[in-house]
Amino acid sequence: MSGPREVQLSTTPSPEAVSDLRLGDVVYLDGLMYTAREGVYMRALEDRANIPMDLPSDSAANFHCSPAARINADGSFDMGAVTATASFRFAKWLPEWMAKTGAKLIVGKGGMTSRDYKDYFVPNGAVYLSTVGYGTGALLGRGVETVEAVHWNEELGLAQAMWVIKCNRMGPFIVASDLNGDCLFERENAKIAENVARVYKGTKPAVLKRYGETDDRTDEVI
Amino acid sequence: MIPIQLIQETAEALMDKAAIEIPQDYLDGLRAAANTEDGELSSFVLKAMLENYEVAKKDRRAMCGDTGVPRWFVKLGNETQVEGGMVALEAALRRATANSTNGVPLRPNRVHPLWRTDHNNNVGIGAPEIEYGFEPEPEGEWIDLITVHKGGLFGTDYRMLFPSDGIPGIKRFYLDSLMAFGKRGLACQPAIIGIGLGGSKDICMTLGKRASTLRVVGSRNSDPRIAELEDEFKELGNSIGMGAMGFVGKNMVIDCNIEVGFCHTGGMPMSVHAFCLSSRRAVARIHADGRVAYRTDPDWFTDYQRREKIDWAPFRAVAE
Repeated sequence: MSGPREVQLSTTPSPEAVSDLRLGDVVYLDGLMYTAREGVYMRALEDRANIPMDLPSDSAANFHCSPAARINADGSFDMGAVTATASFRFAKWLPEWMAKTGAKLIVGKGGMTSRDYKDYFVPNGAVYLSTVGYGTGALLGRGVETVEAVHWNEELGLAQAMWVIKCNRMGPFIVASDLNGDCLFERENAKIAENVARVYKGTKPAVLKRYGETDDRTDEVI
Repeated sequence: MIPIQLIQETAEALMDKAAIEIPQDYLDGLRAAANTEDGELSSFVLKAMLENYEVAKKDRRAMCGDTGVPRWFVKLGNETQVEGGMVALEAALRRATANSTNGVPLRPNRVHPLWRTDHNNNVGIGAPEIEYGFEPEPEGEWIDLITVHKGGLFGTDYRMLFPSDGIPGIKRFYLDSLMAFGKRGLACQPAIIGIGLGGSKDICMTLGKRASTLRVVGSRNSDPRIAELEDEFKELGNSIGMGAMGFVGKNMVIDCNIEVGFCHTGGMPMSVHAFCLSSRRAVARIHADGRVAYRTDPDWFTDYQRREKIDWAPFRAVAE
């Protein structure tokens, strides 16, 4: 078994580099990447705070992450392990975020739906990279060359702050969407769905139902 | 009398071990899974995880960036006394949690549910949880400190089933939980799946959480019929065709542990929990003479913890 294809990619990638990515490719990143999740989205998009970076020229890579890290008394940083948080919860902010920041790489856990990809990833020339595992926190931590800055720590706390990290062959990540708007996870779901009837044979629905219950195991809960 | 300073020092060492060192039983289970996995992507994921454990130990960095929500299980021998009493013990565990969050470092995951206040040290209202157990044996003064840093968002569910649902209903809810949270790998499988059956609603959740976090891979319930179910459920979960990250594969369940408690005669409550690819747990026994022995098996579910009768036989003899 040869395994997936490996690609080295800049966090300010060219349109060609993005369009060359295929579902299931394994990616290693070089350049600046920033963390942004609900805290940063709310502050930048709902409270209209000025984003303290020049985006996308500094970085076009948004990591759905909060690292295991500390800020030392002398103002320096120690970053240990780094892994992503589940991205589907951020769909409500991402279209506006991408339009505002020109992000081309959304990096996180578990991806978005193909509808999200087609609606606003593809028009923005962006793709989704998933962390591996989850999570290869120590491997990714090794790929952090330096912590360049931590923004909004006072306002948002360590876990929600905007960490700016310099990646040096940071990875692995897996390409989970492409410029057709196809979704790696939905492709895998479809293959697994073929087994559902066999696996569920001999089970039966609960006697007490729940609101909103579905019996279609090919559905997702996100 | 167990010295309080030794408790805090040991607790800090345990916080570090839990975050960094994958327990050997889980590692053995994952290696076995990696050997059988033939899905291209899920096989890549398992190999990356095995490499990740090595790097974590070598660099002394947490294996996962989400370092979970630290909590404590404390078990005491029946004769044990703690210097300063149990309030001092709780303060020592809270201090250790805060110090190690900054020291390892861990991610300060704990926030207020409404105000999102973050103390940046994993300590707050009700955090870390500290739960207790007591043991008649061995005699003498000893205390087991167990820390578990479980992830918290996906892979857990509770449902009130009824006796008429039977084993087929239990199977379906088990599969539903794996299907719902396994897609896209939200549960960070392959996982140690813990199932709680019985108790009241809160105890049902407690049983299932303890089944996933306080029993090791390869352990079996002392009731042989439940042990058979554990084998069957492990195989059932791995027959879905779903592997790591929800990719096509054959390894979803590293092991399945079931714990039970007596419940209301009309009901059959059930909970399902997933202890993830970073199954963070560490254990130490502290003796009154200052000896500390580290291990990774909490050995929580002794015959005494699963006792069914009013009295515990050796103690009844003493009482009479």
